[in-house]
Amino acid sequence: MSILGNRVVRREDPKFLTVGGTYVADLDLPGSLHLIFVRSSMAHAKLLSVDTSGAKAMPGVIAVYTNDDLGIATMPSIMGMTNEAMTAPMLASGTVRYVGEPIVAIVAESRESAADAVEQVVVEYEPLTVVIDPVEARKDTALLFPDAGTNTAFTLDFGGDDALFDDCEVVVELDLVNQRVAPCPMEGRSAAAHMTKDGRLEFNSATQAPHRVRDALVGFLGLEPDKVHVVTPDVGGGFGAKASVYPEDIVVGWCALQLGRPVRWTETRSESMLGLGHGRAQVQHVRMGGTREGVITAYRLDVLQDGGAYPGFGTVLPFMTRIMTSGPYKIPKAEFGSVSVVTNSTPTVAYRGAGRPEATSAIERVMDVFAREIAMDPVELRRRNLIGKDEFPYTTPVETVYDVGDYHQALELALEVAGYDELRAKQARRRASGDPIQLGIGLSCYVEITNGLPDGEFGAVEVRPDGKIIVRTGTSPHGQGHVTAWSMLVAEQMGVPIEDIEVLYGDTDIVPRGAGTMGSRSLQIGGAAVNQAAVDVVEKAKDLAADLFEASRDDIVLDKSNGRFHVVGTPAISRSWGDLAKAAVAKDGKSLFAEVDLASPGPTYPFGTHLSVVEVDTDTGKVTLLRHIAVDDAGTIINPLLAEGQVHGGIAQGIAQALLEEVVYDLDGNPLTSTLADYSFISAAELPSFETRFTETPTPINALGAKGIGESGTIGATPALHNAVCDALAHLGVRHVDMPTTPVRVWNAINEAALENAGGKD
Amino acid sequence: MIPASFDYVRAGSLDEAIALLKEHGDEAKLLAGGHSLLPLMKLRLAQPAMLVDIGRLSELSYVREEKEYVAVGALTRHHDVATSPVALASAPVLAHVAGQIGDPQVRHRGTIGGSISHGDPASDLPAVLLALGGTLVVEGPKGRREIDAKDFFLSFFEVALAPEEVVVEVRVPRSDGHWGFEKLTKRAQDWAIVGAVAVRTSNGVGVGLINMGPVPLRAKAVEEAVASGANAVDAAELAAEGTEPSADFNGTVAYRQHVAKVLVRRALEKAGV
Amino acid sequence: MKVEMTVNGTAESHDVEPRTLLVHYLRDTLGLTGTNIGCDTTSCGACTVLVNGQSVKSCTVLAVQASGDDVTTIEGMALADGRMHPVQQAFQDCHGLQCGYCTPGMVMAITSLLKENPEPSEEDVRVGLEGNLCRCTGYHNIVEAALVASRSLEMHQ
Repeated sequence: MSILGNRVVRREDPKFLTVGGTYVADLDLPGSLHLIFVRSSMAHAKLLSVDTSGAKAMPGVIAVYTNDDLGIATMPSIMGMTNEAMTAPMLASGTVRYVGEPIVAIVAESRESAADAVEQVVVEYEPLTVVIDPVEARKDTALLFPDAGTNTAFTLDFGGDDALFDDCEVVVELDLVNQRVAPCPMEGRSAAAHMTKDGRLEFNSATQAPHRVRDALVGFLGLEPDKVHVVTPDVGGGFGAKASVYPEDIVVGWCALQLGRPVRWTETRSESMLGLGHGRAQVQHVRMGGTREGVITAYRLDVLQDGGAYPGFGTVLPFMTRIMTSGPYKIPKAEFGSVSVVTNSTPTVAYRGAGRPEATSAIERVMDVFAREIAMDPVELRRRNLIGKDEFPYTTPVETVYDVGDYHQALELALEVAGYDELRAKQARRRASGDPIQLGIGLSCYVEITNGLPDGEFGAVEVRPDGKIIVRTGTSPHGQGHVTAWSMLVAEQMGVPIEDIEVLYGDTDIVPRGAGTMGSRSLQIGGAAVNQAAVDVVEKAKDLAADLFEASRDDIVLDKSNGRFHVVGTPAISRSWGDLAKAAVAKDGKSLFAEVDLASPGPTYPFGTHLSVVEVDTDTGKVTLLRHIAVDDAGTIINPLLAEGQVHGGIAQGIAQALLEEVVYDLDGNPLTSTLADYSFISAAELPSFETRFTETPTPINALGAKGIGESGTIGATPALHNAVCDALAHLGVRHVDMPTTPVRVWNAINEAALENAGGKD
Repeated sequence: MIPASFDYVRAGSLDEAIALLKEHGDEAKLLAGGHSLLPLMKLRLAQPAMLVDIGRLSELSYVREEKEYVAVGALTRHHDVATSPVALASAPVLAHVAGQIGDPQVRHRGTIGGSISHGDPASDLPAVLLALGGTLVVEGPKGRREIDAKDFFLSFFEVALAPEEVVVEVRVPRSDGHWGFEKLTKRAQDWAIVGAVAVRTSNGVGVGLINMGPVPLRAKAVEEAVASGANAVDAAELAAEGTEPSADFNGTVAYRQHVAKVLVRRALEKAGV
Repeated sequence: MKVEMTVNGTAESHDVEPRTLLVHYLRDTLGLTGTNIGCDTTSCGACTVLVNGQSVKSCTVLAVQASGDDVTTIEGMALADGRMHPVQQAFQDCHGLQCGYCTPGMVMAITSLLKENPEPSEEDVRVGLEGNLCRCTGYHNIVEAALVASRSLEMHQ
């Protein structure tokens, strides 16, 4: 009986539920010094002077450093693609470019003495012109990096056909904003470093990519690779933002080396809201053209990406947006263009979906606008344009090759679960009654790219003489349940109970290489690598068994019901995994194991349809989410319990962006949403329980048939809720409301439409 | 996250607390539930040299039905006001609003006296107190005095308390099921973008506004309209009179004034107007 | 300044600065690192513990305020026979946690909520958790865990 496909509860849980996880701040590091950063309170200014003498004199303060003390290179250009003159120093040097930029590092005996010393640092600023709006930044009138001569950090182009829409009967255009949001993992950034007795730097990091951290420490601190050991404890969420290595991490390592004592740093939430990278932040312009019968024939998406003060991964994310430009539709012609600029705000990074939610949000919103333009049901418009299940592999006009899918099945199932026709009838009755509380129904059909980067992954399986299995993986789980999922894969191949399997990760000594966990890659490449290693170990075991039994290799059977090997026909005479492990050692001194470096077979494309039902109080603009239906297809589902959990979490973040969350700066670059009291981090009270379903269209791309699921919920949910709110207001003459659909935004849209209508009647 | 250093004294009695306040003046602050003060101190926006903890003075935690009014001890926690049978029977609007403040954890600690003396115009309780026409009983070195709620809120976070005075009791007229409380927020745990409370007592219908100015406000024009026979719709049209709401990313002035009218109308309707 | 309190059934006595937050006393002095810190504005609830049986955000209570009180943290939730408390068990069964950071606070908050409202509706649970933020789970399974726990026999013993 296969364990795969079952709702296996997590092996990880008992520890978390009884004593709690061990996060970096929980590590027992005796004698540790506490590091705290003093951060800029100005968005753009020359640093005239930084007086640390007062701080140095405070009781318990060991050292106070500025950038000149460090002598560390700047962060490199992102993947070699961003403007070389715009690189970030470890600590601010000469100029500060965003509120929250670290200027000074204080190391003290205790958290309290560090906090007390912060107030003693005196910084003299000379204000420079602040540029917050990316549209303004693009004009290059006030430059963040005079040496660069521009605020443009990165551009992309695909297409450029002036006649793209000439043949279209109907063309709609829309300006929209995919607003800046804050990832807000419940645990902020945290790191600790100490020198071991054998002269190595041991580094603990709340990271999604321990080997990336190791390589960064090696590179920036000039250490030999074998002298750096990264150990990742439990990590309290990441969502892409902890996949980057931050200057603060490097400074922690440097301080430990410099002072010869353990150093630890845990940021406060207020710091995290400024210093942990932000997500999204695209200003978009779309054009969609087609026939009156609802066949879309041309589409163009132009993006202005806000990179923040120093180009980070967010600056280049438009390349992910471009990949998904035409969505799940068979639009024959599509183009994309993007310009990424720097602004005096927190740098943008990957955040759950990382470039793909932006693509889906844009096309799904304009699909509804197009539908309204031709007076067609938005469902019907999608039905007519979705790529058919027999058309795969499908190459889109931007040269993305979708592997496999059944988009219509997901759409129809979502409509069925939602009871779509009944909902429209209810909406009609509500409209006719003139009730101020109106209903909105919104849809989104999405497809997205997972495992989009070319990295392969490491997986290893070893059998100990006592029969216990040790699995090592290059992924870096921080809530995804890889211990449970990889145990299931290995148990399936080897016929051992999952309790006998130990899964190791996050330690660069134990796992020699790995690309970490992000981009919804882990199962299809990391799990697949572990799976392959298990398959290889079974093969090796059969060779050993053949020797032991003095039988032909082809006659060896692994009985997965009990994890024992026997010769076909004589099951009573069997050997255990432990027996074979001992035999392996006896044979040539090496244990029974297999290591795999699985090359990536390429990305996969999960898809689905989400549907939101909202109520809008047209008197106040307040939106309430009543129901959210999600049909997602990530190929073969290994553990539905875990997959659902990923979808739930993704939906909540997707809804949050459409409904509530936004990072706001005033015109002087002061952040107005830098605490969880001001930033509308969504709570359970704003959400219903979700109605989720999976369809399973296995991908031919990898052996598991699995695609990623981690970001699908977010990508699918945002446009569904957004469209639902716009749908609720459509009969009042509202064409579009930007996200988040806060009460004041919704009410303004209603009010403006009412004024326009009144004007039009004159 | 780490407050600046301070001295701490746990007062064994109200008299001891008052004496300490008198001795230390502006340098000392009272600590009751701590859920208005400690958050400020953790961000170092407040740095008192001394905290006088009166949180254990259980003699100031009660909800009692007196002849003319309902008396609530200043140190009664919001949770206890919300679940008090006396409050539920004789001041249900107060019980309801106390049960909506913050979240359950906050309600287990925050006190009615602490919340009201904080003087935050975005807080719920001051508006309720104003709508009910309540009074505060205050004790200081010179003895006890009563202050009408309408005279208590002077300006932004400033109340009519001398540094050595302590609110000891909140008194509200009896009220019944004729009340409405409407609060517009983005999230359940948020401060009100705008809020309105309407309640009928033997003195007529009182209407309080949340976050419509630098102080908690009574919607006097609305009250007068109702008193002279206007219906909820017409009376609510006057909701923005005398208000000075601020503009921020949650609402423009015009928006807040519009919402005040909507919420006042709804509150009045629920109060039976 | 001396503080004395009972934590998970054990009498504790230590000298602390008045400004020491209860959450720091629990984590750093007592080594009970299960309770986490997720914000600095009393918003997130990750630090929720029980004080005299009621849920409280331990980041907004001074250790000195809690002197004399009975405190329970996640480490003290197991039943007398060592089994997980029904709320803990429900979290396991319903996949109510992913990264685990908000989990101890959620468990404590739900335990207090169920004590005050033994048969909550889904709405009661959702509003009751307005002060406990989670980024991983979307709350769906946490709410289910609370409802499952409320129906567990042991909750009512």
